[in-house]
Amino acid sequence: MLAVKNIGISFGALKAIDDVSFSASAGQILTVIGPNGAGKTTLFNVISGVYVASHGSVELGGEDVTSLGPDALAARGLSRTFQNLQIFQRMTVVQNVMVGRHLKERRNLFADLLRLPSVGRQNRETREAALQLLDEVGLRDKADVLAGDLSYGGCKRLEIARALATGPRVLLLDEPAAGCNAVETEDIDRLICRVADKGIAVVLVEHDMKLVMKISHRILVLDRGRFLAEGTPAEVRANPVVHQAYLGNRGAKEVQGA
Amino acid sequence: MTALLNNRYAIVAALAVVIAILPFTFPSSYYLRVASLVWVSAFASIGLNVLMGKAGQVSLGHAAFFGIGAYSTAIGPAHLGLPSWASLVIGACVSGLLAYLVGRPILRLKGHYLAIATLGFGVLVALVITTESRWTGGPDGMPVAKLTVFGWRIGTAYAWYWLSGAFLLLGAWIALNLDDTPTGRALLALHDSEVAARVVGIDVAGLKLRAFVIAAVYASIAGSLLAMMNGFVNPDLAGFQHSVELVTMVVLGGLGSIVGSIVGAAVLVVLPQALTVFQEYENLMLGFIIIVAMVFMRDGIVPMASKLIASAR
Repeated sequence: MLAVKNIGISFGALKAIDDVSFSASAGQILTVIGPNGAGKTTLFNVISGVYVASHGSVELGGEDVTSLGPDALAARGLSRTFQNLQIFQRMTVVQNVMVGRHLKERRNLFADLLRLPSVGRQNRETREAALQLLDEVGLRDKADVLAGDLSYGGCKRLEIARALATGPRVLLLDEPAAGCNAVETEDIDRLICRVADKGIAVVLVEHDMKLVMKISHRILVLDRGRFLAEGTPAEVRANPVVHQAYLGNRGAKEVQGA
Repeated sequence: MTALLNNRYAIVAALAVVIAILPFTFPSSYYLRVASLVWVSAFASIGLNVLMGKAGQVSLGHAAFFGIGAYSTAIGPAHLGLPSWASLVIGACVSGLLAYLVGRPILRLKGHYLAIATLGFGVLVALVITTESRWTGGPDGMPVAKLTVFGWRIGTAYAWYWLSGAFLLLGAWIALNLDDTPTGRALLALHDSEVAARVVGIDVAGLKLRAFVIAAVYASIAGSLLAMMNGFVNPDLAGFQHSVELVTMVVLGGLGSIVGSIVGAAVLVVLPQALTVFQEYENLMLGFIIIVAMVFMRDGIVPMASKLIASAR
């Protein structure tokens, strides 16, 4: 579904990502791991069109989308969440998800300005769809709360619901469990599996090794912007190169122990 | 009360009642004129609030569109033999088109850079109006023909009060309609997080441009109304100080609050009239009051008041 080929991006002399390739298929969970500064978030920014790749290509469902911006990518079925939360603080929870339905709605400025009856009808449909998504992420009871008042874990789930609302074929999740407690992490973990079960290709960046080893179908290991290893959780766990490079000995224990 | 402040039917109904009752409390037609001035300024301020309060983009040259609207109703009848109302429509179209053409390159800029670019645009338009004296009368300005609609000549203070009041109601209604529509939600989203807005598929550049065009058309119509009401135009209408006044109305009343725009306009129009007792210190007092208001009511008058009411319960 998503094919990344020899992608690279430089900031001045720094090669933040250097010649990384991988692919993600529908219904699978691919996790990108690596020490801090390995370029995981940068990789997401390149794939989602926030940054423009210096070389290499990104294909989505067979179409070359390397030079497209985030909005054009969203229209083609790629959505993402952010490590540092990017929720719409001054809107309610349900409105946040309704914005996610933007591409699915008929948009006509004049109909909106005059508030034609069709706008009200569509609003009700959009709200209904948004509420269903909030149900899935467990935020239905918070629907009319101001999004800025949600807990950290709540915001994380809201971002996932908003990304799902765009109807993605590929979903990039940047550290969805960061800052969540054990119970919240388990919720997120189940949620991610449900998303993949719908046939969405999920690409994950995550530090919580227990979570990574449990839910990933494949794992991609980056180190200082370069490809280090790829394989199933068992393969990655057994790979000595990963042990060496990934966070030294303590990190190796972390990888093995999980 | 706060729920009422968020209901567009309630807001427009309340506004209609205020507009209908106010003239009966006025001792002289001077007050009618001041109130009409408030309605017209509020109309421009509401449009600018769509750009500033909803989309979160600043324009420091917005009086340019006000000026274009004003001069179109002056030039149309005088030089081209067009009826006044048609000149108003043409002015609005010209402003909208110009906003589209100018907005495309400059709305890519952010923050201070956008402020300077819009400021430059405003200065440019004011300059053109001042120098093209064959058409505009130059720095001295020019007279404007009275508005005639279906053979009725709109000339009295009463007629203008009702006409400007009706326009304000319509303008407020249209701007309020935007809330909780796909466009309105997208604007708010853009304001809160541009990158997140793009990721859900919002065409951010196109959306900013729409808000800019809407704001320009509002300002242009307000300019046309004021020109016909005063029967006279001069380049100050398009000047930098007027741009700053418009921005002040929006910020003082409350960014994103349509009611706030009306209150902001009322303060900025009425206060200088009330402060004439200070004679030469009038502008000093006005500036001082605005500074104090912004220090103690940073969100603007209306959002602040609705918070106070909410917390009092």
